[in-house]
Amino acid sequence: MTHFFQSHGFLVASIWPLPTDAAAHGPALDAQLLLNLWIGLALLALAHILVIVGLAKRRTHTPPRRQALIEFLPLAALAILFAFLATRAEALWETARYTGPSRSALQVEVVGMQFAWYFRYPGPDATFGVAKPELVAPGEGNPVGIDPTDPHSADDFVSSQLVLPAGREVDLRLHSQDVIHGFSVPQMRLKQNAVPGQDIHIHFTPTIPGDYAILCTQLCGLGHYRMTATLRVLPEAAFEVWLTQHSKSGAR
Amino acid sequence: MKHRTLGFAYLALSTAALLAGTTLSLLMRLHLAWPDWPLPLHGPILPEEYLGLVTLHGTLMLFFVLTIAPLWGFGSLILPAQIGSRRMAFPKLNSAAFWLLTASLLIVCASPFVPGGTAISGWTAYPPLSAVASAGPGQGLGMDLWLASIALFSLATCMAAVNMLTTIVCLRCDGMAWHRLPLTVWGWFTASLLSLPSFAVLLAALVLLFCDRHLHTGFFLPATLVVNGIVTHSPADGSPLLWLHLFWFFGHPEVYIAVLPGMGLVSMVLANFARRRVFAYRLMIAVMVLIGGIGILVWGHHMFVAGLSPFAGSAFAISSMAIAVPASAEVLSWIATVWGSRARLTTSMLFALGFVSLFITGGLTGPILAQPILDQYLHNTFFVVAHFHLIMAMAGVFGLYLATYYWFPLIASRTLNERLGKIHFWLTIFFAYSTFLPMHITGLAGEPRHYAQLTGIIGPSGTLLSSTMPLQRHITVSALCLALAQIPFFINLWITLRSPATSASNPWDATTMEWAPNAFSEDPAAPEPTTHVAPCEYSLDGETFHPQWQPVTQPNQPE
Amino acid sequence: MPTIFTPPQVDPRRKPDHSHDPGEGDHGSGRRPPIDKRTGGSDNGDGDNENWNDRPVGSRGPRERLSQTRIGIASALAGDMMFFIAIISAFFVTKGSGQINHYGEYVNTWHPTVIPTILRLNTAVLVLSSVTAEIARRSMFRENDAMDEWIGLGKPISRRAAIWLSATLALGIAFLAGQWIAWRQLAAEHVYFASNASSHFFYIITVAHAVHLFLGLVALVAALLSLRASRQFATRQIWVDTTVWYWHAMGGLWIFLFILLEFFQ
Repeated sequence: MTHFFQSHGFLVASIWPLPTDAAAHGPALDAQLLLNLWIGLALLALAHILVIVGLAKRRTHTPPRRQALIEFLPLAALAILFAFLATRAEALWETARYTGPSRSALQVEVVGMQFAWYFRYPGPDATFGVAKPELVAPGEGNPVGIDPTDPHSADDFVSSQLVLPAGREVDLRLHSQDVIHGFSVPQMRLKQNAVPGQDIHIHFTPTIPGDYAILCTQLCGLGHYRMTATLRVLPEAAFEVWLTQHSKSGAR
Repeated sequence: MKHRTLGFAYLALSTAALLAGTTLSLLMRLHLAWPDWPLPLHGPILPEEYLGLVTLHGTLMLFFVLTIAPLWGFGSLILPAQIGSRRMAFPKLNSAAFWLLTASLLIVCASPFVPGGTAISGWTAYPPLSAVASAGPGQGLGMDLWLASIALFSLATCMAAVNMLTTIVCLRCDGMAWHRLPLTVWGWFTASLLSLPSFAVLLAALVLLFCDRHLHTGFFLPATLVVNGIVTHSPADGSPLLWLHLFWFFGHPEVYIAVLPGMGLVSMVLANFARRRVFAYRLMIAVMVLIGGIGILVWGHHMFVAGLSPFAGSAFAISSMAIAVPASAEVLSWIATVWGSRARLTTSMLFALGFVSLFITGGLTGPILAQPILDQYLHNTFFVVAHFHLIMAMAGVFGLYLATYYWFPLIASRTLNERLGKIHFWLTIFFAYSTFLPMHITGLAGEPRHYAQLTGIIGPSGTLLSSTMPLQRHITVSALCLALAQIPFFINLWITLRSPATSASNPWDATTMEWAPNAFSEDPAAPEPTTHVAPCEYSLDGETFHPQWQPVTQPNQPE
Repeated sequence: MPTIFTPPQVDPRRKPDHSHDPGEGDHGSGRRPPIDKRTGGSDNGDGDNENWNDRPVGSRGPRERLSQTRIGIASALAGDMMFFIAIISAFFVTKGSGQINHYGEYVNTWHPTVIPTILRLNTAVLVLSSVTAEIARRSMFRENDAMDEWIGLGKPISRRAAIWLSATLALGIAFLAGQWIAWRQLAAEHVYFASNASSHFFYIITVAHAVHLFLGLVALVAALLSLRASRQFATRQIWVDTTVWYWHAMGGLWIFLFILLEFFQ
């Protein structure tokens, strides 16, 4: 069934309001979502038809048929259906969340603050330098608070756009400086809150190059609606070019 | 105060909150569809004002309408009579609860007028936004007023719950066994039982939040925060997730508290007009209590993407999916009760059927949201807004209208006009669906909640957000029509109350005790009510019925 | 219109429903008449409520009022316990959780607060006050004297109960004074409410309990006043009974909280 939805994905995507799907785990998620929606629609129609037909049907003077048929059989069927949907969803959830990213995943730190997202790349040493809240100074070009005395900080650079290579797994490390923010990329079917005081990881693989929306989805103050950013997915080669450009200019 | 007067008082309080909350929601909708539209005598609605509208709307509707009206409002009016009592257990406690609730409403309604304005952290008040005054406008005094109001509300609810529980346990009349209680009473019972632990936990959370705000503690605040460029240190490494756990432990049972009394009443009204017993009556009692019980175990489904461990997410997914089973049993019972019954389609019956329809529609999106992988996409989008507005707001309000139309002969000695009632029903259900069904679509398109504006944003985000604008305009127009569709109801109230009282004491041929001849008598010499049979005793052809207060040896009442 | 009632088909899974047979009682139904076995119950063994017609209309016997109040206070206490359970679970969560510091290390910064030893004395005082409270409560229900007082022959019971209640009041005040001393001792060591995570919980737990106990003191005073002023003996019984049950709950809660603070930090 997943295959059906995946192969007819483009058809369905144009009917349903879901935005384009550009992540590796996306099609499976969409398939599950569409399955659920179709089942929901079918049950909705069935239930309403039963109510209307039942109201119109003539009254019988014989007592109703065995209760087991009317109450337990449909209930058992529904319970099995819910269990089936839950099991399929659980398998997808496990794949997405139970295990961490692979060792070769690109690491990017996402920092949310009122009301902007910043993205820090660790540079060639693949290690993030120490960042301290006391050093946070967006006006000075140091929105994340990188500590210049730490040797690993030298090659870190911060970008306002999240730029990623297509086809490579990325491990995002979510931080928040002030309140709870919601990091959401609808076109990557991704959402995770950034909680101050916590270090939260999510990983995914973008597949299709393009520019995508990053939104904040946890009420964070008056600028919540404009706390947006752009995810730019580049082909591998173009990404390498971008990376070298920024490492040179952003390195301290 | 007598419980009947108190019932009216609670309902008046809720009606005031309902009118205010609806106005706020219309302002929200108008701003979303036409962001530059200036509110007369005010000017354009600013983002923080929009969020203040959101906060007040949620608070007023969930707390002051859906917790008070079905439970304490109609409960105080009708519960004693339904169990054959002429009083409640602790009338003074009930009165005190009412006055506390009035104070609570006044305090929260004062918050738009204080410096800084209303709190902007929503009805869920997540810290650090709600704990740090400098995190936003309205988070100073406005937030303190919200805290005070909800703390009083929690206390009052616990008091009213104690009264209702003791009334049901102790004051049932002779013969009113537990299995003869109408399902409405079971709904009130389960909701009161849920109220006590959930509001107690909310009160604890509010106390801790107050300490964080004013006593320099760090229950919910991590060690270091940078808010508005100012570094604040907390003496303890608290976690905002702790608030989420405490709040949602309250928040989820709260929505069952809002909808359970309606579910019980719907079962009884469907049976009444279908001239049938409720299908699987005793199972429905168990189902209602089970929904209440499982409802305490599902709170984590509001937190799937909040920073919980994924294993906890799986656990809550299972419990949340499990609660779909008793809810489905309830729906199956409703369908089976009306099947082949040739029911009398009075206005009350129509509203009961409307409740069923909205419950099904809103409820079917529940299992979708209970799957964490899907919630990873749908969390905090308008898909969730559609879900809870259909199953809680609309179904809940239909329950209130149902109660009004059904019990009007009892509380006002007149029957509301049927024609106006039917016009009211059809307009309301049409515009309810017209308003909230499209929200599923905008949610699937990715529209987030709590956005003050969907236009004027640059980049791919702006394109995604503004793609929903045509539907936004439709939803706004539909919401306005939904509000206007309530006018026939008020006209109905007005003309019915001005007409002379009728003498029909049981116009719906109901079987439950509140319709007994002396159920509301204040004469101390009147005989005590006695219950003789279970409710919904109807003959197979529906022609005769045996009310609960009628002794068994007497012949049945014809219709 | 047919007036003969055709019973719906009896569900074979259930036992035949006898409640329609005239004269047959509903065993275990409705309100069981409050049977006071010591004064001889009026239950004729059938459990039915049929002989309640000679009960005076509109009045509720003292037993019903008492059981209503007990159920009321029990529900209220259940809610109250949930309040404390919420704080206690926050305690355990905070104690066990850590944060990631700037260096990426997972650090738990919980430093247990050493509680002043006077708390043990306070616990003993509170337990003793529960004993005196229980003596007061039981003396309200001793049968022979209760009958005398109910009829109006003097107030031997109320006077005795008042003495024991006053002792409870004094011990309660002593407990609160002891708690105050404990807070002062901690303050002298510069451990305040906002000092660190464990002190947050120490203070919030002890203050919340102290507030509840203060309400208990107010209730004790009210009970003492009612012993003097209430005209109905049943009312006096109810005041004392409710207050003492509340007092016991606060005492039991304190023992639990004390063990938590002493051994589980």
